[in-house]
Amino acid sequence: MDNSLTPPLQLSGADIVIQTLIDAGVDYVFGYPGGAVLHIYDALFKKADQIKHILVRHEQGAVHAADGYARATGRCGVCLVTSGPGATNAVTGIATAYMDSIPLVVLTGQVPLPVIGSDAFQEVDTVGITRPCVKHNFLVRKREDLAPIIAKAFHIAQTGRPGPVVVDIPKDMTDPTQLIPYYYPREVQLRAYQPPQHGDLEQIRKAVSLLLTAQRPVIYTGGGVIADNAAAELTELTRLLGYPLTSTLMGLGGYPMTDKQFVGMLGMHGTYEANMAMHETDCLIAIGARFDDRVTGKIEHFCPQAKIIHIDIDPASISKTVRVDIPIVGPVGSVLRELLRLLRTSPQRPNAEALTTWWQRIEEWRQVNCMRYDRNSDKIKPQFAIETLYQLTKGDLYLTSDVGQHQMFAAQFYPFDQPRRWINSGGLGTMGFGLPAAVGVQLAHPDSRVVCVSGEASILMCIQELATCKQYKLPIKILLLNNGYMGMVRQWQEFFYESRYAHTYVEALPDFVALANSFGHVGMRVDQPDQLAKTLQDAFALTDRLVLIDVVVDPTENVYPMVAAGKGQHEMHLPPTLSERELA
Amino acid sequence: MLVENEAGALSRIAGLFSARGYNIESLTVAPTNDPSLSRMTLVTSGNDDVVEQIKKQLDKLIDVVKLLDLSTGQHIEREMMLIKLKAPSPMREELKRLVDIFRAKIIDVTEVSYVVELTGSSKKLDAFIQAVPNGLITEVVRSGPTGIARGAAGLTPDA
Repeated sequence: MDNSLTPPLQLSGADIVIQTLIDAGVDYVFGYPGGAVLHIYDALFKKADQIKHILVRHEQGAVHAADGYARATGRCGVCLVTSGPGATNAVTGIATAYMDSIPLVVLTGQVPLPVIGSDAFQEVDTVGITRPCVKHNFLVRKREDLAPIIAKAFHIAQTGRPGPVVVDIPKDMTDPTQLIPYYYPREVQLRAYQPPQHGDLEQIRKAVSLLLTAQRPVIYTGGGVIADNAAAELTELTRLLGYPLTSTLMGLGGYPMTDKQFVGMLGMHGTYEANMAMHETDCLIAIGARFDDRVTGKIEHFCPQAKIIHIDIDPASISKTVRVDIPIVGPVGSVLRELLRLLRTSPQRPNAEALTTWWQRIEEWRQVNCMRYDRNSDKIKPQFAIETLYQLTKGDLYLTSDVGQHQMFAAQFYPFDQPRRWINSGGLGTMGFGLPAAVGVQLAHPDSRVVCVSGEASILMCIQELATCKQYKLPIKILLLNNGYMGMVRQWQEFFYESRYAHTYVEALPDFVALANSFGHVGMRVDQPDQLAKTLQDAFALTDRLVLIDVVVDPTENVYPMVAAGKGQHEMHLPPTLSERELA
Repeated sequence: MLVENEAGALSRIAGLFSARGYNIESLTVAPTNDPSLSRMTLVTSGNDDVVEQIKKQLDKLIDVVKLLDLSTGQHIEREMMLIKLKAPSPMREELKRLVDIFRAKIIDVTEVSYVVELTGSSKKLDAFIQAVPNGLITEVVRSGPTGIARGAAGLTPDA
C-alpha cells in the first residue's frame, strides 16, 4: 500500500484498470473494443499520452501480438478484449502463450455481475473457457479488488514458470460514476504461490560430479533458458565443459547456433548428429526443457543409456514423461550460476580423452550431411530461401514464423546466435501466429528488422493484421514461402498415407502481391533462384514499408531429417540421396 | 488439501483431473474453521508416477494452499452412508440385529422401511451393503471418504 500523505485518488473502476496498467509500467496494450469494455476504452482514451493502445483486427491477433512483444522483450504482454466473442477469439492466442510459457495479462470484458448466468448478450463463461489454458484466472466481483487482482495477475504471469493470466471484468465494475480510492499495490501476497528462487545445493553437487565423470555427455536446452534470460550462463557453462549442445525449437538462440559445439536442433526434425548423440549419450543435462513428445519420440527409445540431470523451475515438469536421475527445481539462471561456481572450484576436470573420442563420433555423424538439399534446382528451394535470408541479414533481425514446413526450414537453416530473436509457436503449433506476433515484435523494437517467415496457408489465418501494420506503419518484411500446399500436412500424407493429398492443396489462392497492395503495402513476387537475393535486397531497402515477398518455392520439398511419430530418436528419415551435381 | 474458499477453486481441481485424464474416485469438500479455507479429501488411483504427477499438478494450482498425501503416513479415514432399506415385518428384527452388529443407527422408520446411518471406513460400509439380504436395498447415499493424519501435527497453511 502507498503510505504517502497525499490523499488517495478517487477513481472509477475503468480509470483504475488503466492506472494500474500505467503504474505496472505497461507501454502497449493490444486490443479490440466492444460493449463490455467501453468504460475501460473511455478511460484509455483519456490517458493516451501515457499508454499506447494498438488496435488489431481480430482478438486472436491481439493476443499473438502481445505474445510476440513478450517473447522479444522478456516483459509481460497485455491485451484488452470484450466479452463473449472477444474472449473466445482470444482463446487460441492464450493457449498458444500457455503452451510456450509466455507471460501475458489478458483483460476481458464481461457482462455486468447481476446478469452473469442469464445468457445475456455477448456473455460467455470466460473464466470457465480459459481455465485449462491459463496459469491462473480471476473474475472481479468487487471494484476494490480491481487493482489488487491486476497486480496479482502481473506477478503470477511473470514469476516462476511464466504464463498467461486472464482477468475477467464485469462491466459494472468499471462504471464511470462510481468512484473509490485508488492505491497501486506495491506488494502482492499470495500464500499458496511461492516459486522457487534457487536450486537445492546438494542436488547441484550431485549434478556436477555426474557431469565430470561423463564419457559421452550432451547438453539439451529449451525455452526455459530464454525465459530466464540465462543465455550468458548457458554459454559459459557449455564452453567451460566443452560438451556438445543441442536445443529444442523453443530454445534456439539460447546458445550461439553458429558455434562448433552446437550440434543442431533435436527431435522430430532435428539433425542426425543431435539425435544420434542423444541416443548414445551416457549423461544428459536437460536445462529448461520439458521432454516434449516432438523431442523424445518414442519414450522407450529415448536416451537409453543416459543418466539424466534435469533443471526446471516447474516441479511438475520433472519426471513427467521421462524419469530423471538428478532433478534440480529452480530458476535456470541461478542454478547454472551455482553449477558454474562448483565446477570452477572442483579439482576434477572433464575427461579429455573420452571427450575427444565422443567428438570424433559426432563429427562422423555430421559427415552424413543430414540437411542436404538440391542447391542447383531451377526452382527455389525453401531451404535456399532461408539461407539467402541469412546471407543478407547475418542474424541482425527478429524472425517470427507461422507453423509448418517453413517453420522447420527457418529453425534448421537460420542460425540464431542470440536469444529472443526466434519467435514461433512451438507447443501449440498455431497457424496464424507469425504476422500478429511480428506486430508486437516490431513495436517493441521499432528500429530493428523484423521478418515474418510464413506459408500461403498459415498467413491467411491472420491476414487481417495487414491492416494493423498499415495503421501503425510497421515495416515488417513477410517472406512467404508459397508452395500451394499445406506443406507439412502434405508431407505426412506423402509419407504415411500413400500420397493421398486430402485437402492439402490450396486450390484458390489470392494474388498475394495484389493483396499486399490492396492493404497499402508493397508486394513482390519471385520464382527464380537467381533473382531471390536481389528481390530480398529490394524489399529490405524499403525500410519504412511493409513488403510481402511471395516466394514461389518447390511444392514437392520435404523437411528432413524426420523422426516419424511413435519412432525412436535414432530412426530418422534422411533426405533422398542426391547426385554429386546436386550436392555441389 | 486446503484450498482457497473461492468460487472456481473446485472446478479448477476437477478440471485438472479431466484435462489430464486422471481418475477421481471420490471428492469431499467443506469449509474449515478458517472461513478463507476449504478442506478437500480426494481419492484417486494410479501407479506411483501418476500419483506423483497428480500431486505436483495440484500443488501448482494457485488455489491449492496445502496438499498432503494421507496414504504415505498413519491416518484415519471415515465415510458416512445413509441407506434406505425395505423392512417388511418378517425382516425387521434381522435388519435391526445387523444394524447393531455394525454399530449403525436407524434414523427413520416407516411400517415398511428403515433409513440407516453408518459411519466408518469405506470397507466397513461395503461390508454392510454386502450383509443386507438380497433385494432389500432401496437407496444408497455415501459421502465419500474424508481423512485426517494421526498424531499431534495439523495440516495448516503454514505447516
